[in-house]
Formats: sequence, structure tokens, C-alpha cells
Amino acid sequence: MTRPSPLSRSLLVLSGVMLIVWLILPLVPLLIWSFARGWRFPDLLPQQWSWQAWEYALSARSGVVESLGVTVLIATLATALSILVGVPAGRALGLYRFRGKGLVELLILAPVIVPGIAVALGLHGVFIQLGLTNTLAGVVLVHLVPTLPYMTLVMAGIYANYDPAFEQQARSLGASPLQTFIHVTLPAIMPGIIVGGLFAFLVSWSQYVLTLLIGGGRVITLPLLLFNFASAGRNDITGAIGIIYILPGILILLFTARHLSGANGAVGGFGRT
Amino acid sequence: MTRVLLTGLTKTYPGAPAPALDNLTLDIASGELTALLGPSGCGKTTTMKMIAGLLQPTTGDITFDGRSILRLAPENRGVVMVFQNYLLFPYMSVADNVGFGLRMRKVPKARIADQVAQMLALVKLPDLGRRRPSELSGGQQQRVALARALIVKPKVLLLDEPLSNLDAHLRIEMRDLIRGIQKDLGITTIFVTHDQEEAVVLADRVALILNGRLRQYDAPDAFYRRPADAEVTGFFGGRNLLAGVSAGGMFDCALGRMTLPDGARTGAGLLTFRPETVRIGPAPVNALIGQVVDRHYLGTQTRLRLAVASQTIEAVLPPDLAHAIRPGDTITVNLPPDSLWVMEGTA
Repeated sequence: MTRPSPLSRSLLVLSGVMLIVWLILPLVPLLIWSFARGWRFPDLLPQQWSWQAWEYALSARSGVVESLGVTVLIATLATALSILVGVPAGRALGLYRFRGKGLVELLILAPVIVPGIAVALGLHGVFIQLGLTNTLAGVVLVHLVPTLPYMTLVMAGIYANYDPAFEQQARSLGASPLQTFIHVTLPAIMPGIIVGGLFAFLVSWSQYVLTLLIGGGRVITLPLLLFNFASAGRNDITGAIGIIYILPGILILLFTARHLSGANGAVGGFGRT
Repeated sequence: MTRVLLTGLTKTYPGAPAPALDNLTLDIASGELTALLGPSGCGKTTTMKMIAGLLQPTTGDITFDGRSILRLAPENRGVVMVFQNYLLFPYMSVADNVGFGLRMRKVPKARIADQVAQMLALVKLPDLGRRRPSELSGGQQQRVALARALIVKPKVLLLDEPLSNLDAHLRIEMRDLIRGIQKDLGITTIFVTHDQEEAVVLADRVALILNGRLRQYDAPDAFYRRPADAEVTGFFGGRNLLAGVSAGGMFDCALGRMTLPDGARTGAGLLTFRPETVRIGPAPVNALIGQVVDRHYLGTQTRLRLAVASQTIEAVLPPDLAHAIRPGDTITVNLPPDSLWVMEGTA
């Protein structure tokens, strides 16, 4: 690697600063609000500080803890199902040629292109007939609409660079189909499962419209609760819940940055310079 | 010790106009090292994969010691295939790669470690167990792949182009290693190759497959001395082919009347002889006078083309004998009767 010129160095610093400004700065008012007791327009900082919003947010009355549990459960189940469906689907798309493959690829991408609300309105009728509306299972299923495309596409990319002859070699050496999957296939596709799984988790975590429509207000995830407090004008509580809400995103970002990029990164071209 | 019998083995891929392998019958003796030889796409790798259980034949049967193995899953056949690109598992150390088959059979760890050490010593890589496959050279990777296959004590070992990816000096080393281990352990071994030299230096017997069909199954030297037809001759680099009629121990062709060895085929046929059997100088029989068309120096030998009557014949001579011969010279050569071979076919 060559030493960067002073100009490109300063550009690098500038872009780093701007990235921080864009990503971190909007969170600062959120953090301040969560500790504020009244914060009116001309004041730069609140007049008084308090733990009130946090006490309320973490108490049973607010429903935050319960809804955090629901959100984690839904995102985990949606991720698990995405992996279950996305890994074989990605294998088919990445490894095999078949008739109508282009159409399948388009259909898999469609939920990402078509607005979620259009999909959800269409699904709503079907889910009513199946008795899936207002249930956790229904919400998990509808979350697959936006999570599956990410999982499948990531896995298709992994499988496109994968040599299935390794599996034949393992069978020939005496491994059963299950042993072959565990010892040979899984280690090779693990980076894809991790990246795709994290995507799926975050996409499910941030669903609002789909949860609202299919859950019918009975299944209350964190974004729904957050929106309730925000529209009620409770900026302090919104701030506290908001901080809780973005935590998994930040943790996952740190994890991916540590494990999936850099010189020993498991996923080439992912955060690698 | 396992005798492998292929009977009427045929594989037609869906949508393909002709079978990739057509009615192959091959009897491979126990403990023998057999080459499946043919140009790429001739069906030899298909054959190998069917023996390994990685492909199902369209028709035909494969038996080991008389028992059909077609219904057995690849992991239960006792066959191990070593692929051309070695396919060492990149996430495992060399030792873990070699021990893979034993781990899959749930052999206790201590015994695996012992056997891995033995195997690595056998392939002469005793100290590399902790390395990653990516840190090894091509030749070392191949030896690891061989050790990984041998550790499970296969009944039948399949090698895909075992010498093709190696450079010249490594090929000789690897050939000696494979032959040595194969003879010591007595494993029935089948390998495929497109390189006739690789086939003859390594194998006890060679099966030549052209366009999906078995053309000749014989000892290596037979392909040079007694080829089955013009195509086999051509595949082994023979270019001297003369149409004519064989009768009463003589062959009448464009070169004249040639004296044949005893027992030669009679009737219309093709006469062939290896360029390296052509002798310089006169002789009581089969002497020819020709003009040198051109001369190519090939290092250990020199190739001459001679115009004799209306034909061109090819001769390969030691360089010191060929040294004084120039293009345009008229020389006398002779073809020892024992070197002549008459086969079926017309020009």
C-alpha cells in the first residue's frame, strides 16, 4: 500500500468527520432528551436533568421491557426462518442453472422494490382467512417478506463462489450427507449466514408498517411503542426508548466491523479497503 | 484386495445426443494399477464418478468382487476419489484434512493422531501437519490429498489426472511415490488421464477410451507395438500407416513387398511401425531407399521424414546417428520384420 498524499489524507479525515456528524450527531439530542426535564426552544441544554424518563421506560407500566422481548423474539424467529429458507434458495440460485431463473431472481427482489405497505395490504386478506392476523406467528411470517430477499441474495453470492466438489470429496472420504453439511458446507457458507442473518435481524427489528397491519395493534414491537410515545409528544420517553431501540443495531455494527472486515475478514469486499 | 468389474456401463446425460460413456466393459484385476486414458470429454471422469457413487449410470453394473455396489451410497462403497485439484478443506489444518475420514468414522482421537502421523510419513511430509493447505505447494497438496485418501484404507482408490498439475521433476517423484505405495498396500487403483505418457509410465494396464467407447485394453507397450486400429495408433503418436494386403507372411503396399513377422493378420489391412524401430543401413529384407524431407532435433532424439516411393515415412533416431544426415540426402533404411504390425482398416 502506498502512503496517501496530504490531499487525499485530508479528504479521508473530512469524510470520516462527516460520517460521524451524520450518524452520531442525530443521536445526541435523543440522549439529552432522555435525561431532560423540560427542554424549551431557545435553551441550548435542558434546565433540569432527571432519571424520570429512564425510570418510566424500564418500569413494567411502560411495556418497554415486554415489547423488547416481543421484538427480540420476532426478529430471532424471522431470522431463523430466513436462514432455513434462504440458504437452500441461495444455493439453487448461486450453483444451478434452471429455466425461469431470471424470473425467480426478479420475484425474490420484488419485495425490496415494491412498497411494503402494498405487499402487506395484499397479504392482509390472506392472513385473515388463515387466522394469522393479530398473532405473533403472523407477524413473524410477514417479516419474511422483507428479510428473505437479503438472506437469499447474500447466500446466492456465497454459493456463486463455492465449489460443490468439496461435498463430493467429503462423501467419497466416508462422510454421511449430514456430516458433509456440518463439516464441509457449513464452515464455507458461515460468513454468508452471519452477514445475511444480521441483515435479516435488523430488517425485522425495524419493521413498522408490516407489524402494525398484520399484528393489528395486538403484537406491540418496540418501533410501534416508540411511535406511540413520539406521537403523544413525550420526547423524554421517546428518547429513552429510542436509545434502547438502536442498541442492537450498534452492537451488530461493532461485531461486523470487528469480525467480518479487515485483513482476516471472512467476507471479501465487505468493509475491506 | 478387490477385483473391479464394469459391465455394459453406459451414461447418457439428459438432453445429450450421444452417451458420454457407451457400453464400457472392463475387468480390473485385484491390486492392479489401471489407467483410463482418453482425450478430455471422452467419458473417463464420468466412469470414475460412477465408480465413486457420485453419478448413477444410465445402464450397466459395477461389481466389487462380484457384488454390485450401485445401490450403495458413496460413503459406504469403500472407494475414495482424489480429485485433480486436490480439494483440501481450506478451513482445516493438514493433519485435520488427513484425519477427516477417520473422524467421520468416529475413530478415537488418539488413534487418529497416530495414523495421521504414519500417513504423513508415508507421503514424506512428516512435519507439515499443523500447516494450512494454502501454505503448501501443489506437489505437497497432492501428497496430503493422497494421505487423506489412503488413511481410510479404501478397497479401490481413484485418482483424477494425478500427474497433470505437476512440473516435470515432480511428476517423476510423484509417479514413484504413487507406484511404490500402491504396490506396498496392494490397493486396486484406477486413474484417469488424457496424457498417454502419464498412462504408460504409471499403469499396469491401460484402457483407451475414445468418444465414449473402449478402443483397447492392454499392457502399456501393446499400444505402441500392437495398436488396435489407426485411431489408437494416432493417439499414441504413430504416423506410419500404409494400406495394403497381407498374404503368406508378406505385405504388399506402396513401399513394395514387406516381410511380416510370424502370425501376422492376413487379408486387407493397415501396416504400421513405430518411428523409433526404423534402422539405418541396408538389410536382407524390408530395406528402403528414401530421400530425407526434413529433420527435427528433439533433444534426446532426432525425427526424420523420408520420401519413399510415393509415401512419407517417419523415423526417430538417436541424435548421434542422425547427425550427419541432411535434408535432401538419399539414405537406405530398413524395417525389422518384428517391428511391423498389421491391423484392421483401410487408408
